[in-house]
Amino acid sequence: MEHKTYTMGELRLMKGNEVLAEAAIRCGCDGYFGYPITPQSEVMETLMERQPWNETGMVVLQAESEVAAINMVYGAAGSGKKVMTSSSSPGISLMSEGISYIAGAELPCLVVNVQRGGPGLGTIQPSQADYSQAVKGGGHGDYKMIVLAPSSVQEMNDFVDLAFELAFKYRNPAMILTDGAIGQMMEKVELSDYKKRWTDEEVIEKNGSWATVGKPSSRERNIITSLELDSAKMEENNLRFQEKYRKMEAEEQRCETIQCDDAEYVLVAFGTSARVCQKAVEIAREKGLKVGLLRPVTLFPFPKNTIKELAPKVKGFLSVEMNAGQMVEDIKQSVYEAKIYRPVEFFGRMGGIIPSPGEVVEALEQKLMQEEK
Amino acid sequence: MDIKEIIKPENRVYGKTELLTDTIMHYCPGCTHGVVHKLVAELIDEMGLQEKTIGVAPVGCSVFAYNYIDIDWQEAAHGRAPAVATGIVRMHPDKFVFTYQGDGDLASIGAGEIIHACNRGENMLVVFINNGIYGMTGGQMAPTTIENMVTSTTPCGRDTELNGYPLKMTDLVAKLPGTSYVTRQSAQSAPAVRKCKRALKKGIQNVLDKKGTSFVEVVSTCNSGWKMTPVQANKWMEENMFPYYPLGDMKDSEKGEPVSNN
Repeated sequence: MEHKTYTMGELRLMKGNEVLAEAAIRCGCDGYFGYPITPQSEVMETLMERQPWNETGMVVLQAESEVAAINMVYGAAGSGKKVMTSSSSPGISLMSEGISYIAGAELPCLVVNVQRGGPGLGTIQPSQADYSQAVKGGGHGDYKMIVLAPSSVQEMNDFVDLAFELAFKYRNPAMILTDGAIGQMMEKVELSDYKKRWTDEEVIEKNGSWATVGKPSSRERNIITSLELDSAKMEENNLRFQEKYRKMEAEEQRCETIQCDDAEYVLVAFGTSARVCQKAVEIAREKGLKVGLLRPVTLFPFPKNTIKELAPKVKGFLSVEMNAGQMVEDIKQSVYEAKIYRPVEFFGRMGGIIPSPGEVVEALEQKLMQEEK
Repeated sequence: MDIKEIIKPENRVYGKTELLTDTIMHYCPGCTHGVVHKLVAELIDEMGLQEKTIGVAPVGCSVFAYNYIDIDWQEAAHGRAPAVATGIVRMHPDKFVFTYQGDGDLASIGAGEIIHACNRGENMLVVFINNGIYGMTGGQMAPTTIENMVTSTTPCGRDTELNGYPLKMTDLVAKLPGTSYVTRQSAQSAPAVRKCKRALKKGIQNVLDKKGTSFVEVVSTCNSGWKMTPVQANKWMEENMFPYYPLGDMKDSEKGEPVSNN
């Protein structure tokens, strides 16, 4: 089989899922462990076709289940290397136990969720119904993941490297939370330059203080575990985790604001729904309504600071989501923390339906502007 | 005064390997875990593998294995040790990776992971402690609990109509082309311990020789769970466990060799 090869910085027309695979190879990822599920199977298919083990030495393995895949990631992450998995909603539920262990053992890794509609087997159409699962924990125990929400195929490329950077910075699992629309969509993308995989020496230099690479007599044994039966020590561990999550909140909030400078009303949306809202802002502006868009890029940490800055300047927020209203709670919390009252409303579609820009403008007028008339 | 100062080197006939830490083991007196831990530690030491070894600890009584053997360890979720070990060995193909699992862990909740890891022929050693019971949680029925055996969840004895049949994991994995060495051992007497050590050594050597998965079952006692003295438990194991779980090598070949159906 002939293999596609891409040169540095080359512009390509590619599917979001294919770009995730290409970006993983290019950013020096050491291992991918996955299990097929629609609508993200192209990630592993692209990797298997590219055969990066011949090119960069990256390992790609199809596991027997999502449960096994995330535990392979846990084991491989313990080696101090850059490892990842990808799945879609039902598969992420199966992985959530493992993600909790990874967070509890403080290991870096990347998990991609190309969301589909739920609950249960649900649908294979795009959805954002795993927002709460992603940002509030998902598995058991008090833990957080760093959650990045791409809204374009370009960001599918850019966020792979960024997610690894943040995962290693905080020794914490990071998630790219996207959906079937962006995973399946073809768009123009500028691929990243190749980064070399870390050598074994570099891994030991960077992560040798905790990674299980074989114990030389010069150091104590490295033990990777989330178990601690002494409650006082377990509380200390939890306090350390919480301190880390607060540091993420202080340093890693990322978002994009579009036409918010003079906005009276602000739409808040991420990923696919943010693309819809960009058009909704245009329609609203044509109608003479001063509407802006806040697009959270990090869902955890949630860009509370920007909401707090905007709150005193605007008349209200409308959260637009492809679910029953999950992120809206975080917007309300942010407005509450701003110690000011502003209405925060929600509009969404479920079951794999993407709202139309017209619907969004209509919802904005009905839910937030009605009182004024 | 340290024991090393009391006993002159020329008079010393036996010593604890340096790889066994001084942490006091939490295992019950009479438990097989302590003996097998010692064998694993001795072999890693004797074969000079400390810097090459990564152990995967399970959930169950041996959850704290990492407190007793002085090597790098990773603690797995219940049953997932073979998947965790797969991740490690795929990142470190030249290291010696092993899992240490009990029968509740390996044969019940982790049945899927062990079958697939063995079937892929992951280059690792699996040490499988089979005492026919969940020890850590207080003596419940395991898939390996033999027929009519009394446990806290089979107070009238295991009824195969209700609970199905005791699962012979070792027989199962011996059928898979990914495994190279599959054996069933015990550790209740000096000769048995010596044999068990030879089997573990062969398993480790196979991993170093990249022969795929080696699988060493140790038929074990859980005298606390079985509500017996250690001596009674050894006798009960010999009389009741060995007929169902006969000792000996089940397979000794190269990875990928055709599997006999006999």
